[in-house]
Amino acid sequence: MYDCSTAPIGGVAVSLTQPVASDHQLARLLQIGIVLEEVVEARSAKHAEETGEKHEQAVLDLLEHAETESAEHRRQLEALIDDLEADTVPFEEIEMLVEAQYEADEDFDGVLYDQLCNEETAYKFYDDLIDAIEASDVTFTIDRERLLAVLSDIREDEAEGVEDVTDLMEDYQ
Amino acid sequence: MNTQAQYLKAIYLTQQQEDGPASTGDVADMLDVSPASANEMIGKLENRGLLNHEKYKGVDLTDDGIAQAREALQNYCIIERFLIEVLEVEEFRAEAKQLEGVIDETVADRLDTIIDREPQCPDCFDPEGDVCGLLEVEAEVTSD
Repeated sequence: MYDCSTAPIGGVAVSLTQPVASDHQLARLLQIGIVLEEVVEARSAKHAEETGEKHEQAVLDLLEHAETESAEHRRQLEALIDDLEADTVPFEEIEMLVEAQYEADEDFDGVLYDQLCNEETAYKFYDDLIDAIEASDVTFTIDRERLLAVLSDIREDEAEGVEDVTDLMEDYQ
Repeated sequence: MNTQAQYLKAIYLTQQQEDGPASTGDVADMLDVSPASANEMIGKLENRGLLNHEKYKGVDLTDDGIAQAREALQNYCIIERFLIEVLEVEEFRAEAKQLEGVIDETVADRLDTIIDREPQCPDCFDPEGDVCGLLEVEAEVTSD
C-alpha cells in the first residue's frame, strides 16, 4: 500500500527545494499539480463507485467533496497554465491510467487512508511549489502575486482536507 | 544548487562504479559542480550521519545514506517514467534532473500510482546513461 507517513504537515521534514528556474519549469510543475488533482478526482470517484454500499454517508460525502474540490483546483491550475501558453493534461487520460492501476480498498480504513494520503501529498506539493516560486528570482510571464494567491488558497484547502479526514478517522475509532 | 538527494544519488552511483569509496572529485564531476561545493555538501552530509569521509580515501555512505540514496534514485526513476509515459516529454532526462530537486518522495509516490515501473527499480538504473536501463530499452523499441 502507498505510504504517506513521510508527508508531515507543518514543515517537519527537511526541505531543500530548488527555486523554479523558468516559465517552462513552472508550467511543468503546474501540469504535475493538475495530474495530482486528477488522480484524487478519479480515485475518489472510483472509491465511491466500487465501495459505496459498504460505507456510511459521512465517508461518501467526504469522497464527493474531494472529487468536487479537486475538479475546482484543476480548473484554477488550468487557468494559470493557459496564461503560460502550455497545454493541460486531459482528465480522461489520467482517469484511464488510474483505472488501469486501481486496486479497490474495500475496507473502511483503506479508503480513508488513501484520502489522507491524497490530501497530504497535495499539501506537500503546493507547499514546496510555493517555496520554490518564492525562492526564484525569475520574472514569470504570469503575475507572481496572482500565482502565489491561487496556490496558497489551494494549499489551505488541502490543509483543511487533511483535518477533515483525520477528524472522520477519529470519529470511527 | 544541488540538493541532498542529488548528492546522495551521485555518491551511491560513483561508489557502485568504483566498487569502493567515491572520490570527491568524481562526485563533483558527476554533479557538474566545483570540488569546493562538493566538499562543503559532503561535510554537511557527514554531520547528518549519512556518510563517512576520510581524506585521501574518499566518501563512503552509511546504511542510512544508502537507504536515502536508493530512495532518491527511485524518485528520479519515477519522475523520468512519469515524464515520458504521462506527459510524453521528449527531453525527459534533462527535465527529470531539473525536477528532482522540487518533487519530493511523497509526491513521487503518488505519481507512481499511474505509471508502469519494474519491481527491480532502482537497481535497473544505468549510471552511464543516467537513466533507468529498462526505460532506455523501451524507448528504443518505441522509436523503431
